Amino acid sequence: MDEIAVGRLTDIADGDYRVFALDKIEVGIFRTGTKVLAYENVCPHAGGPVCQGKIFNQVEEIITPDKKSAGLRFGKQRHIVCPWHGYEYDLATGCHPGDPSVRLTPVKVTVRDGQIYVSLPE
Amino acid sequence: MLKKTPRHGKNGRNGHKAPRVSELPKITIQTDTREILAHAAKEARAEDYFIVDVDAHVTETAFWSEVVDRMDSDVYRQMARAFKDRGPAPGLLNATPGFLHQDVFGRIPHQQRLAEAVPGGRTHAQVTLVQRAMDSMGIDYMVVFPTPMLVLGMHPQVEMEVVIGNAFNKWLAEEILPQDQRIKAMLYLPFNHPEESLKAVERYADNPSVIGYSVTSTRFRAVNHDSYMPLYSAIQATGKPLAFHSGFHWGDQSMQQCNRFISMHSISFVYYNIIHLTNWIINGLPERFPKLKVLWIESGLAWVPFLMQRLDSEYMMRSSEAPLLKRRPSEYIQDMYFTSQPLERSNIDLTEATFKAIKAETQLLFASDWPHWDFDLPNSITTLPFLDEQAKRNILGFNAAKLFKLEVPKHKRLTAKTAKTNVRVPVTA
Repeated sequence: MDEIAVGRLTDIADGDYRVFALDKIEVGIFRTGTKVLAYENVCPHAGGPVCQGKIFNQVEEIITPDKKSAGLRFGKQRHIVCPWHGYEYDLATGCHPGDPSVRLTPVKVTVRDGQIYVSLPE
Repeated sequence: MLKKTPRHGKNGRNGHKAPRVSELPKITIQTDTREILAHAAKEARAEDYFIVDVDAHVTETAFWSEVVDRMDSDVYRQMARAFKDRGPAPGLLNATPGFLHQDVFGRIPHQQRLAEAVPGGRTHAQVTLVQRAMDSMGIDYMVVFPTPMLVLGMHPQVEMEVVIGNAFNKWLAEEILPQDQRIKAMLYLPFNHPEESLKAVERYADNPSVIGYSVTSTRFRAVNHDSYMPLYSAIQATGKPLAFHSGFHWGDQSMQQCNRFISMHSISFVYYNIIHLTNWIINGLPERFPKLKVLWIESGLAWVPFLMQRLDSEYMMRSSEAPLLKRRPSEYIQDMYFTSQPLERSNIDLTEATFKAIKAETQLLFASDWPHWDFDLPNSITTLPFLDEQAKRNILGFNAAKLFKLEVPKHKRLTAKTAKTNVRVPVTA
């Protein structure tokens, strides 16, 4: 499996992400601390450039013990939102919050000596 | 398009030729349409379909002063211009609750605004934006409709619909349509005023870029009212179709029961066309105007088999209330045309049954609704597993070419036998 160096970890701010076009694949790389995750830049819905979208924290509805709604708030789960149609995916799992079978395609990515390497799919 | 900027001289670890690496931008309201739709362009380059997009949109409020300049009345022009001192509000236009909810609060930038750079010069900025979308999606003809004006039928002042509607038509006919023969329009009818609607039909009957007329469905008017009969006669005489373009209206008392935009939008866009189509059929308008071609836009398709069954069922018990009908309601509906967007495809068996019910192979027309948040791409049709190649080609373009008498370029007059297919992974919903 070929590896491609796309940049240094420090090129991406903590909590931020960057998207790269390689020869045959586009990849979004998301950094949290010293860890990185990567997904193909293709939304499973209609093929949109999902990783070029914005990150929003998951919206939660607060329900009181007597089952009433106490409004909305942002939770901790971070979602990448496809800019074409708004499909949201949990960054940690790549899954749509309402249907986990709709999910982003993960790409193997590693950091060695501060350098980010993307493993190209066979 | 994407700029290939090689980064990091030493790429690759196995002695292979170094692959190119370039960075792609995050998409914002400033991003070029061609960048936003780059993935669609890749698909379009691999295919050879003739595509007519029967429903896309201009953003008339971005060029509102040009529309205002074309208002017939100096008083209304003054009124509209007076709003300018209070900011960029599109003067005289009626706002609708929820209009700014559509981009899911910043999540879908192209719905919010296409604020990309466009070159100055002779080509109108709106034309450039439409051309970029057409070229990216591989579209041969694009029919454009307004955006905020889709709710103008709810304006409390009937004369305002006339003044604004006529000015918009003038703007389209003078500024936009002459610049590119691939851009077409179904002109806005100020439907709350039947006589003025008739004048609009007569005014543009000979304009080849005006390929039909449209009623924005969001309004409280019975389409079967006698005052509309001269209008329908005139449209029938032109041979051009009449379209009902739906919309949403959160100010509608029924819709005010919905506390979320998603709920209101899901229902409201279908609701108005359900009412108008029902009145159209039950009052026998297809029998009164047998040559008038009618098209229903932007309500998706799932509602159509529902209404076919519902009306058939009640008609068989109460035919005395619809004495002009000589066939079941569903049979009249099968003679009508529908646009595909927003195509429901979360249950593909239901989608297939719907296509069969409405005779999609001859009656369905592709529509993108670009640049709105729930737009569809040609792949919404090309990836449907139950359609054969000829049906896909009919829906994407040939049905529209026939209905609107559009010329098909020679190299796209392919049949299923000669066409090459390109299969991509099906979409999920």
